[in-house]
Amino acid sequence: MADRITLEVARFRPELDTEPVLQSYEVPLREHWAVLDGLSYIKDHLDGTLSFRWSCRMGICGSCGMTVNGDPQLTCATFLTDYAPGPIRIEPLRNFPVVRDLIVDIDDFMAKLPTVKPWLIRDVHSPIEEGEYLQTPDELDEYKQYSMCINCMLCYSACPVYALEPTFIGPAAIALAQRYNLDSRDEGASERAEVLASPEGIWSCTFVGECSAACPKGVDPAGAIQRYKLTAATKSIKDLLMPRSAR
Amino acid sequence: MFHDVVVIGGGGAGLRAAIAVAETNPRLSVAIVSKVYPMRSHTVSAEGGAAGVAAEDDSLDEHAYDTVSGSDWLCDQDAVEAFVHEAPRELLRLEHWGCPWSRQPDGRIAVRAFGGMKKKRTWFAADRTGFHLLHTLFQTALSYTDIVRYDEWYVTKILVDDGRAYGVVAIELATGRIETITASTVIVCTGGCGRVYPFTTNANIKTGDGMALAYRAGAPLKDMEFVQYHPTGLPFTGILITEAARAEGGWLLNKDGYRYLQDYDLGTASPTPVMRSMELGPRDRLSQAFVHEMEKGRTIDTPYGPIVHLDLRHLGAKLIDAKLPFVRELCSKYQNIDPVSELVPVRPVVHYMMGGVHTDIHGATPVQGLYAAGETACVSINGANRLGSNSLPECLVFGNRAGRAAAVFAGRYGDANVPRAILAQGRDEQRRLEQDLGRHANGRERIADIRTEMQTTMENGTGIYRDRDSMEKAADKLRELQERFAKAAIDDHSQTFNTELVALLELSFMLDVAESIVACALRREESRGAHQRTDFPDRDDDRYLAHSLIQRGSDGTGRVRYLPVTITRWPPGERVYGR
Repeated sequence: MADRITLEVARFRPELDTEPVLQSYEVPLREHWAVLDGLSYIKDHLDGTLSFRWSCRMGICGSCGMTVNGDPQLTCATFLTDYAPGPIRIEPLRNFPVVRDLIVDIDDFMAKLPTVKPWLIRDVHSPIEEGEYLQTPDELDEYKQYSMCINCMLCYSACPVYALEPTFIGPAAIALAQRYNLDSRDEGASERAEVLASPEGIWSCTFVGECSAACPKGVDPAGAIQRYKLTAATKSIKDLLMPRSAR
Repeated sequence: MFHDVVVIGGGGAGLRAAIAVAETNPRLSVAIVSKVYPMRSHTVSAEGGAAGVAAEDDSLDEHAYDTVSGSDWLCDQDAVEAFVHEAPRELLRLEHWGCPWSRQPDGRIAVRAFGGMKKKRTWFAADRTGFHLLHTLFQTALSYTDIVRYDEWYVTKILVDDGRAYGVVAIELATGRIETITASTVIVCTGGCGRVYPFTTNANIKTGDGMALAYRAGAPLKDMEFVQYHPTGLPFTGILITEAARAEGGWLLNKDGYRYLQDYDLGTASPTPVMRSMELGPRDRLSQAFVHEMEKGRTIDTPYGPIVHLDLRHLGAKLIDAKLPFVRELCSKYQNIDPVSELVPVRPVVHYMMGGVHTDIHGATPVQGLYAAGETACVSINGANRLGSNSLPECLVFGNRAGRAAAVFAGRYGDANVPRAILAQGRDEQRRLEQDLGRHANGRERIADIRTEMQTTMENGTGIYRDRDSMEKAADKLRELQERFAKAAIDDHSQTFNTELVALLELSFMLDVAESIVACALRREESRGAHQRTDFPDRDDDRYLAHSLIQRGSDGTGRVRYLPVTITRWPPGERVYGR
């Protein structure tokens, strides 16, 4: 194994550049080094101006999503040796405005997320003194998968619909809505229906499934969307939930 | 910009505090200012669980006693009593907010064993408890539309006039804009400072910002010499392998395959887990046992330092997948091994700061209007050694307490018209930051070099075992690094997301925190909990049954004094594990 590998990193400095340019750096190629370790090596030793987000480096905080050789990846969970001998091209996540270098603007998701009301809704909240709401392990399993979303944005980056229609609520937000809809303690499905069943909601999805393929946590947003479509189509409330015709 | 309450940090404690403010007094304006989006906060990495008495065979007194003895009697017992009393309620509240706690077959909450705890009382959401707790809090906070968020804003200073806090200065990272955000109260919830050390479970963002901010604002730091090493981190990455792995029955083995903890007064090696015994002993004792094994030549050398093995193989795939799925995922991804069939290499790793900003039982610091909660704060319920699974409920209980106290203070004394001196301070800070960028543009020292030397210095000077000589060397080195910091270079002159400027400011905070750790450790001439001195190997209750408080003098140097611990019902005794 060679002892160095080249990283071709997308640079975009809004004060200097009109569009992103690639800059090459050589970093040590070591066993156990994630792509993120390569970027940190650049930042610490070669070029302090390279900008990227990272924090937990254990695949749970969702900060370090980037496009690696064309695919959306958590760079802390993607390893240099898997790409040897290189070079490895590292670009910002697709489908988002680029703020700087490898940092994208996720304000759009942050604004959409509250619209699906991703919190537990009850007609009446029982007092804490009455103890927990009972939920069997099977009931927990109903929504558990959708509760694993780390908001890393890889699914939005992979989604061909979001690429064309930025108004689409998107895979993660819908999966999180389903996370609560399927929670036996929740009674808020009807409050979420209007947004989910709107033209920007589930009916935008053409079920390409790229989101589920990209998800590093096995959330399967595509499955969540399909499941909700089925619910919407079979329930007696389908008039409410079917897509409205164009106005 | 004015808010009645400004919370710095959007993790477990910060979100809980903000919700408490909103619930206590909906007329108040509350803001969360965080250098990362709240769901990126380091609470997300907590794995094993959150302690709160739930089982019928358990009692608040037993949780309190385990916590007090675990702390080596350095906690404040009134704070511990309040904590164990409120923890179950807070965990239930999280349940009502939707936290996906693991369950018993009948639908009630499940609890698991944990280190240093005599009864099963640790609530868990598989082994991603912190992740689920944080996202539940974050998503619930979204329903409080009055909570304003400043996401990716970096606080550089807490503004104080005449002993009272009136807000902060912060940089909006996306634009480089520097703003004064005035407030009636400020709550510091920025978490720990593990990045002061070279090998840590802590995320990149854990740079002690809040500790240094409060310290510079005139609040004392308390018990800073007590740094927790978690016994089981993956070599190289330092990624945490949760204590729950041992609670579910995992064994620690030396190079001979021998369960070495039985040689260190931690009990006998029974095949199934025994509470407060062996692998379920407290973290300080387990990490110290590792060092002794290493000195006896019974650890295994690797390119990333000496290791021992965590053996989970006898637990079987079914249990591991049900209770420890994240452990399996982390081992597979970062170590290329499967714990179902292979031994997991581990070594002690800096994990948690028992010390922090000195607060009372309501989260109030001695600076009026300034509060702190979570790992940033030191109330203290953790004393000289925190028990695993006490930190998540600490974030909730004291986040809630600090939020309520701040809301009451802001409601009573709040005024959007802050003293003119505060606005002048804000302008001065803005000028300082702009000048810093210019001054450091001509620097010649790399930020990463100073940071690395600081980290090595701390490991060598104030590691698991310390002595006067090692700490004096560390103190000298840190002084040198403070001087060299003035010549640190910034090559990045952009206003847009200048992460190099942030790294510089974080380093400045870390150097202050590092100096406070060494200063407090040097003064405490005894061994207690996580502070083990080879030159003073015994606990000395006559002189040191007391919190150390370090306060910044006008010349910038710290002065250490002592504050007696509060004892209510458990007089100091011997810490007994495994017998």
